[in-house]
Amino acid sequence: MIAYLFIFLGLVFIFFGTIGIIRFPDIYTRLQTSSKCDAAGATALLVGLILKEGLDSFSLRILTILVFLLLTNPVSSHAIARSAAIRGIKPWRKGKRG
Amino acid sequence: MTAMIFIITILGLTASLTLYRVIFGPTPWDRLIAVNLISSKVVMLMVSTAIFFERRIYLDVALVYAIIGFVSIIAISKFLEGEGTNRK
Repeated sequence: MIAYLFIFLGLVFIFFGTIGIIRFPDIYTRLQTSSKCDAAGATALLVGLILKEGLDSFSLRILTILVFLLLTNPVSSHAIARSAAIRGIKPWRKGKRG
Repeated sequence: MTAMIFIITILGLTASLTLYRVIFGPTPWDRLIAVNLISSKVVMLMVSTAIFFERRIYLDVALVYAIIGFVSIIAISKFLEGEGTNRK
């Protein structure tokens, strides 16, 4: 039962992250919601799947994938934001055009 | 089993919705963010598919896909940062 609760939480995070990446106005805000969708959504969904499967070699391999995703997602988000900031993309402000 | 079909459907649907930002994104970085998100969703989809079909080999495929996605995102963002060879 608690496994399905985690899976539902992950699906909710993934759904609203997708809505955010379509609706938000700027690179940095889109990067924020994308990173949230990656970290929280993937963590909750994979922890739910591990709890659903029980502890064996199958779920240990899922845990390896989860640790790898948690290590690499902030690095790639930071690399994208750094590259956009170096090329001179200004953050979005309310009231200005764009 | 119905729950796994529901998870796979939701993940595929949201990955297809993210494809809107890849096609209509104003700048290359928007497309890069959306491709990163689609890659992460495909990894989760492969894990769900491995549990649904009970094939362990899909988990190895998911791990290798995550590694290749991470290296390609880092390489493309470094490329866009320097804009090819015209670095000042």
